[in-house]
Amino acid sequence: MLKRKNKLDKGRYGIFFIIPYFVAYIVFSIYPIIYSFYISFQKWDGMSPDATFVGLANYSKLIHDPVFYQSIINTFTIWGFAIVPQMGFAILLAVWFNNSKMMGKETFRAIFYLPNLITPAAVALLFSFIFDWQTGAANNILLKFHIVSEPINWFLGEMTSRGIMSLIAWWMWFGYSMIIFGAGLKNIPTELYEAASIDGASAWQSFTSITIPLLRPTILYSCVTSLIGGMQMFDVPYVLTGGTGRPGNTTLTMVMYLYNTAFQNLNYGYGAAIGYGLFMLILIFSIITFKVINRNAEYE
Amino acid sequence: METKVNDKANNKMSIKMPIKVPIKLSVSPGKVAVYTFLIVLAVLCFTPFYIMLMNSTHDNGEIATHLWLTPGTSLMDNYHSLIVSLPIWRGFFNSLFVATTTTIVSGYFSALTAYGFSRYKFKGNGVLYTIVLGSMMIPGQLGFIGFYQLVSSMDLINNYIPLIIPAVASAGSVFFIKGYTDGAVHESLIEAARIDGCGEFTIFNKIALPLIMPAVATMSIFTFIATWNNYLLPLILLSDMDMYTLPIMQVASRGVYKNEFGAIYTCIAISVVPVMVAFAFFSKKIIGGLTMGGVKG
Repeated sequence: MLKRKNKLDKGRYGIFFIIPYFVAYIVFSIYPIIYSFYISFQKWDGMSPDATFVGLANYSKLIHDPVFYQSIINTFTIWGFAIVPQMGFAILLAVWFNNSKMMGKETFRAIFYLPNLITPAAVALLFSFIFDWQTGAANNILLKFHIVSEPINWFLGEMTSRGIMSLIAWWMWFGYSMIIFGAGLKNIPTELYEAASIDGASAWQSFTSITIPLLRPTILYSCVTSLIGGMQMFDVPYVLTGGTGRPGNTTLTMVMYLYNTAFQNLNYGYGAAIGYGLFMLILIFSIITFKVINRNAEYE
Repeated sequence: METKVNDKANNKMSIKMPIKVPIKLSVSPGKVAVYTFLIVLAVLCFTPFYIMLMNSTHDNGEIATHLWLTPGTSLMDNYHSLIVSLPIWRGFFNSLFVATTTTIVSGYFSALTAYGFSRYKFKGNGVLYTIVLGSMMIPGQLGFIGFYQLVSSMDLINNYIPLIIPAVASAGSVFFIKGYTDGAVHESLIEAARIDGCGEFTIFNKIALPLIMPAVATMSIFTFIATWNNYLLPLILLSDMDMYTLPIMQVASRGVYKNEFGAIYTCIAISVVPVMVAFAFFSKKIIGGLTMGGVKG
């Protein structure tokens, strides 16, 4: 507070620098969030001037809505099958690349990261043609090498549809996680590994006893951000299935359900309620992820 | 289970910590296996793009019946049948316009906000900055319906304003740039400018902004890519074909060209190839920027 006596002190001017941010934030984020909450208590098609106040009806409908639960399962299945290999590949590659003697590691890192930069909608469109059952390259390859005897109709099967979405998510994100883990590994002092090797620890023992425990904060960060991103999955499943979540809603994600409810079926009140349900789930699962990954650390 | 083992090993190691020896450089027999794995993975990463590039040069019959590893001769035919019924370059320049303006708006105002938080000790600085950080945790879909209704009531559907102006409040950018500003802008420099009679905004624009430009530039790359790739928001806000951004137009192309695979592959390539070319030039900067602040989700 001594600074205040300085005649050059212009502290209060700072408020003018941050005003634009907060005006934009209130108008385009806070107000829509509150307005959504208000809409979630109404039955409204978004067009007609008279919306009916229905109280908690949208929320009680949400709790009993099998499609909503289905969309949660779908989102988690697709995310779950992607996140495990994504983290596995990322850690493995990051450890390999952490060895500075490795040749061509910059090139490999760049290639592995590239899919993350491409428009997800374009990627989904590309994969929908690659996995087209009559003309797609995937079936062409499998047939050519005689792995299958007749073309597989990928988007007719529940697990193959979800599998393709998980594959895309893995393909797009393992390179990103690899780079984040690489930064985490740089912070581990090399002395620890040297000491371990003197003690006769194998590479695997160093990995499980040094790398994994010290990388835990980075893994936590990656898991939480991936979970938050994964639960908002929309572009890829939407474009791959043409917005339908076929076959039979088994690839309908939560945000797709929100979008379809509000913007296809014009049920804005219920759509807003789904938005709040989604928010609560993200909150709960973020906390659980924190607890699970930090559980071991608490005992130390 | 693992932790028990860990603790034991950690204790054992900590005793020997101070001893330093050069790392043994042994050529492990697994090295070949590692490189084989990396090359297979790299091929896997690139295959979809390769298929896209090859197929955009073949005609529909060729694409449907064979897997092509070599380029064909139909690129221009595909391109011509694409531009006949889809204003793809219109979409390209729409995307370019939206992404560029959003990047400039986000970059300037994020720098402004970050500088305000970093260099001025006003009342409520800490609380307001905590709000900025906390807002990163809230998923965008929460206020989605309200945002659409707000835009609709302002009569801004089919307008780029609701896509661009909210970028004034980019929490991630502010966080990233503030971290840089704290170290890059020295108090003495600002004081000197004040004594010379510079106004506060002049100081920001003329002195501080050039100093924090490296951070703004790094963040701008990611803002640009995120805006270029954005699909959901333009999908609900734009219904006029002439206003479509590239991703919206591409997905629409599937409806227009049901079985004209060559045209669709060409259409996808038009958005993917520029990103790949840009990445070839800036890959070091992009990958380096990722880990500078660790803010991108």
